[in-house]
Amino acid sequence: MNQLLMTVAKRLGLGLFTLLIISMVIFLAVEMLPGDIATEILGQMATPEAVAAIRQELGLDQPIVSRYFDWLSGLLTGDLGQSLATGQPVLELLDDRLINTLYLAGTAALISVPLALGLGVIAALYRNTLVDRAVSMFTLSAISMPEFFIAYVLILFISVQLGWIPSMSKVDADQSLLERLQLTILPAITLTFVTCAHMMRMTRAAIINLLSSPYIEMAYLKGLGPWRIIVHHTLPNAWAPIVNVIVMNLAYLITGVVVVEVVFVYPGLGQLMVDSVAKRDLPVVQAASMIFAATYILLNLIADVVSIVSNPRLLHPK
Amino acid sequence: MIDEKDETTNRPILEIRDLIISTEGRKATRQLVKSVSLSLAAGEVLGLIGESGAGKSTIGLAAMGYARDGMRISSGEVLFKGTDLLKLSERKRRQFRGKRIAYVAQSAAAAFNPAHKLIDQYTEAAVAHGVSDAATAENEAIELYRELGLPEPETFGQRYPHQVSGGQLQRAMVAASMACHPDILVFDEPTTALDVTTQIEVLTAIRRTIRNHHTAAIYITHDLAVVAQIADRIMVLRSGELVEEGKTEQLLEQPKQEYTRKLLSVRNLHKDDTGSGEVVLSVDSVSAEYKPGVPVLQDISVQVERGRTVALVGESGSGKSTLARVVTGLLPPVKGGIKLHNAPLTPTLKSREKDTLRRLQMIYQLPDTSLNPRQRVREIIGRPLQFYLGLKGQEMEQRLKELMAMTELEEYFLDRFPHELSGGQKQRVGIARALAAEPDLIICDEVTSALDQLVGEQILNLLLKLQKEIGMSYLFITHDLGTVDAIADEVVVMRKGKVVEQGRKTDVFSPPHKDYTQKLLNSVPEMDPQWLNKLLAEA
Repeated sequence: MNQLLMTVAKRLGLGLFTLLIISMVIFLAVEMLPGDIATEILGQMATPEAVAAIRQELGLDQPIVSRYFDWLSGLLTGDLGQSLATGQPVLELLDDRLINTLYLAGTAALISVPLALGLGVIAALYRNTLVDRAVSMFTLSAISMPEFFIAYVLILFISVQLGWIPSMSKVDADQSLLERLQLTILPAITLTFVTCAHMMRMTRAAIINLLSSPYIEMAYLKGLGPWRIIVHHTLPNAWAPIVNVIVMNLAYLITGVVVVEVVFVYPGLGQLMVDSVAKRDLPVVQAASMIFAATYILLNLIADVVSIVSNPRLLHPK
Repeated sequence: MIDEKDETTNRPILEIRDLIISTEGRKATRQLVKSVSLSLAAGEVLGLIGESGAGKSTIGLAAMGYARDGMRISSGEVLFKGTDLLKLSERKRRQFRGKRIAYVAQSAAAAFNPAHKLIDQYTEAAVAHGVSDAATAENEAIELYRELGLPEPETFGQRYPHQVSGGQLQRAMVAASMACHPDILVFDEPTTALDVTTQIEVLTAIRRTIRNHHTAAIYITHDLAVVAQIADRIMVLRSGELVEEGKTEQLLEQPKQEYTRKLLSVRNLHKDDTGSGEVVLSVDSVSAEYKPGVPVLQDISVQVERGRTVALVGESGSGKSTLARVVTGLLPPVKGGIKLHNAPLTPTLKSREKDTLRRLQMIYQLPDTSLNPRQRVREIIGRPLQFYLGLKGQEMEQRLKELMAMTELEEYFLDRFPHELSGGQKQRVGIARALAAEPDLIICDEVTSALDQLVGEQILNLLLKLQKEIGMSYLFITHDLGTVDAIADEVVVMRKGKVVEQGRKTDVFSPPHKDYTQKLLNSVPEMDPQWLNKLLAEA
């Protein structure tokens, strides 16, 4: 167990280091964005003096290195600076949005992960039969359609024709959990469509890959039924690859759902990020990018830990 | 062995009639088992013997109504107490498997699920078949673990498969097969993957189990000497057909068929001492370790003369393969040095010159993994010709043909891929590849242990022939003392990284022996059906 903690601590340290590198990359990349907040605020016709004045006010005239360290130290003390566009503290701006995004991602994951695992197991159980092909065809068709298309089809049928759920998912902090859930369900279903196929295919492949192992033959020769063989004997040994794909998809749910947010007018991080890039609101863009990077690192760390825990050789050393 | 006198003993508990098993597929199917019949009385042990491809495992599995992927039982009957398993639905068949007929696989390390504790894999079948509840099954498991001499039987089952040794794991599987008190056990080469000394432990455990519980058994193996210790009756199979069948003593003493006689005479290869006095390889007081402070080799000195064979003998973990790694430069020694023709070798592979690399070649245990599956034989053997000797074009072609002739392979094999060759042919390609470099010494790492006995013997014969013709020197790593007798001039017995005994084969193999050498020699199964009894009586 100590060994496990050591590994986790090591990975965590490495993750923090990676995050530091990423912070540099993000800072540089944002610096290199064409355009300038000053001209953005004042318009194309502004006098050079006015531009210089506003640049100085915003601290943009400082050398890049010192601005990076200012930003980094602010980051470490929880001060993400102020939005250049609205003057609001970035933290305040992100706070609600992050919660909304996590809520949507969580809801989508709660539907899609069990669904994908279940479908993967079923496909493996009935491999090369009609059931298997139907499952594959359904999930692959879903992933082949662009997400905005799925979103509009859902809106057309469920919101417009049936009128069950409003098409605009305008959640806010005052709503009850149930109201929120109702508003989140359409975007969540859309995201389920998009992410299910990967996870299901990997579950199926990882299980089938193990079915030719001698211990699976042994399980058959013990007279065990096919369900028990797949779920009890195969799945525990197949976790490592499956978890990695699940994690990639969870990360996507948190960082990559701009289109779905736009279609459903869902106030999430993705939209904020796109808006902020358009407005050259650098502190917001940087902060949001850091959140995305941290998400990837944390989720991959979790995947590593799950892989270790699911491997008895690592969990129970000799 | 059968002590009940009622009529049930006369009726076989298992009868297989006219069993035909073929490959599955749309293309032309091939028959793997060609109309084999057998019967097994209650409490009887039947040995199925033959080389790979004889169909013995396939028949063993068919006895449980099971065919591996890609195979199909096309016709025949498998009658368990009169019920034809093949006519049942898969669901009904499952009620026999593990419960009435249980299976013990060749490699327990692969057949135990790595994700679950041993005890859970014991109780599983009993609970699934409703034979007993988990607690009862667990108590029975502990009893069996004790009976089979497993360490700390109360807590043994709490371990995961990777936490116990190979021999213990194999015994744990024998125990697990007994969970539902089956009427028949199918043993599929249960001792083949084990060291000779461990083999005796497991063999004894198996025999005790089937005798104590009066279980009938089908014992599948390619080793006649092993099956002689355990079977009441033996069936010899070849290419899916029965060659001959008889009571164990009768079959061993008066084999009727030529093929059986050949199998019986396998261990009769013998080599007399040859030598030149010219030292090719000299290993001087080498010590090596993988982790600092944990010595794997301690103070080993070995000399190989031109035209001679030095055999490194020992069980797994004795350090014999590590010594090969040190000689080839894969593992630099922490102490001592290695000389080739009296010239010191640099310790690491990287720092060695091409010509040094050329002069030391290796042949590996598994021809399947040591030949690149995507290269034709021509490329596999041609590569060292080009790399070391710079041959090309006509010259290369000429040499390739010579090498094929030397290793007794047909020339048209040059355009084949490894998977199109048999195990023995693949190993010959491995030998040809080593010879291509025109080495001074070839290190042979368990080169026959993955092969059938008859094929292995042919490979040994080839190595001997090459030694006679071109004076090749071998460092021969093996755990099989029968092989040592066949090929070695000198023997180095190793144990836990140290040399126990070394010298001329005739000296090491004749009394008085060191204790460990004695134990190794005693552990080699003999054709005498009483061999195990005598050995156990002595101990």
